[in-house]
Amino acid sequence: MKHPILFACMAWLMVMGSAAVYGETLSVQVKSGEVRSTPSFLGKILGRLPYGTQVAATGERGDWLGVSGAGVRGWMHRSALTDKKIVFKAGAANVNQYATSDELSLAGKGFSEEVEDAYKARNPKADFTWIDRMEAVTVSQAEMLRFLREGAVRP
Amino acid sequence: MKSTDRREFLGLAGKWTLGALAVPTLSAFLSGCETMGEVAALGSNIATSQGWMTEQQGQSLTRSAQAVGKTFQDITPEQEYYIGRTVGAVILQKYRPYTEPAAARYVNLLGQTAARASARPETFGGYHFLILDSDEINAFAAPGGLIFTTRGLLRCCRSEDAAAAVLAHEVAHVQLQHGLRAIRASRITSALTILGAESAKTFGGQDLADLTSVFENSVSDIIETLVNSGYSKSQEYASDAAAVGTLRNVGYNPNGLTDMLAIMRRRLKPGGLDFAKTHPSPENRIERIQPMVSGFGPVDAPSARQARFRAAMRNV
Repeated sequence: MKHPILFACMAWLMVMGSAAVYGETLSVQVKSGEVRSTPSFLGKILGRLPYGTQVAATGERGDWLGVSGAGVRGWMHRSALTDKKIVFKAGAANVNQYATSDELSLAGKGFSEEVEDAYKARNPKADFTWIDRMEAVTVSQAEMLRFLREGAVRP
Repeated sequence: MKSTDRREFLGLAGKWTLGALAVPTLSAFLSGCETMGEVAALGSNIATSQGWMTEQQGQSLTRSAQAVGKTFQDITPEQEYYIGRTVGAVILQKYRPYTEPAAARYVNLLGQTAARASARPETFGGYHFLILDSDEINAFAAPGGLIFTTRGLLRCCRSEDAAAAVLAHEVAHVQLQHGLRAIRASRITSALTILGAESAKTFGGQDLADLTSVFENSVSDIIETLVNSGYSKSQEYASDAAAVGTLRNVGYNPNGLTDMLAIMRRRLKPGGLDFAKTHPSPENRIERIQPMVSGFGPVDAPSARQARFRAAMRNV
């Protein structure tokens, strides 16, 4: 492997699929997707879009996509978005269609909260207390900026 | 065989016996085909028209074969998140958290910094970091971004740049979805088949129980890899390469990784049940990293950065 970084990038692209195109409709594939004023994590947060929100791609800069939707216009990182439509309430008869579709993705189906609850019932020793505590820890943008500045960490 | 003879044979042997033989054979054949869905549809049409299986069984096969084409890439970020939560809960059955507030906060700040600079900064539930109260030299990255590192591994770090390297390497495992790749393909097929087949019309009860079993087995596959067998060497080297990229992006000296590995090399005990068992040797990792970091000098962190690192790691 002569160029491991290049190889890692290619592997990543293969995992995440191809780039978005202008005007394409994309969906937020994370719990809460942050929309920023500039294509950078240092950009001001203009809004947060919930899982499944649809936005239109308006531009592209590196790994950042210009987006517009749900009353917000700004930049989101590519990893927060998918070109699949996320369906929340699939009719029972349509579940098969969604489960095997390349264009649609089912929210709350498959390995879900319901399955986690069933797992907990079967495995009473499994303790999620610390998992929930881990998830409750957040780092605000202001804290991160201060951390970078105080440590003189500069790209 | 005449059709009447065939019917008698089926009557004797039982339709299900032939079905049980035909389905896996056909599925195995189909798994090598690109146009799997179409071939499966054709295959099941032939089977149903010949009376080998009912229409309903034929539809089921068609759907199963469509699911065969699916891989770990079809696990949505939401599902990845739920798998990761349970993988984390299983890890925490074996290890106690180390909760000293200054160290815990520092690792989350540093980890978030690394995650933001990675090629996959956003996951469904975000990245979160926890120190494990263990002298082992070990770390685990659960799918979706729950990352665990032992005190023993953090003690191999002499600088913030080195600690960032440890966390960036674990973030890379999440980014490259190495955990999900440890799930056997058959589990994903099973999950999609349960979800997608006709039983979905009455999803609940038995289907939920079946799906939960697939979930348990998928989590076991990942735990087996994380704790016992380890990822492949090429996956570890790819994570080192991605970590170097992340460190450069954010402004840390990637020689933090080589420094940490040099200390790990002296501390790992042969036959240990930690990185000694699950990772390529630090020597081999350093050798692979060298060409990527040759332009960087030794780690020479600014005094404020080094001071806060020492303060946070004081009791670790």
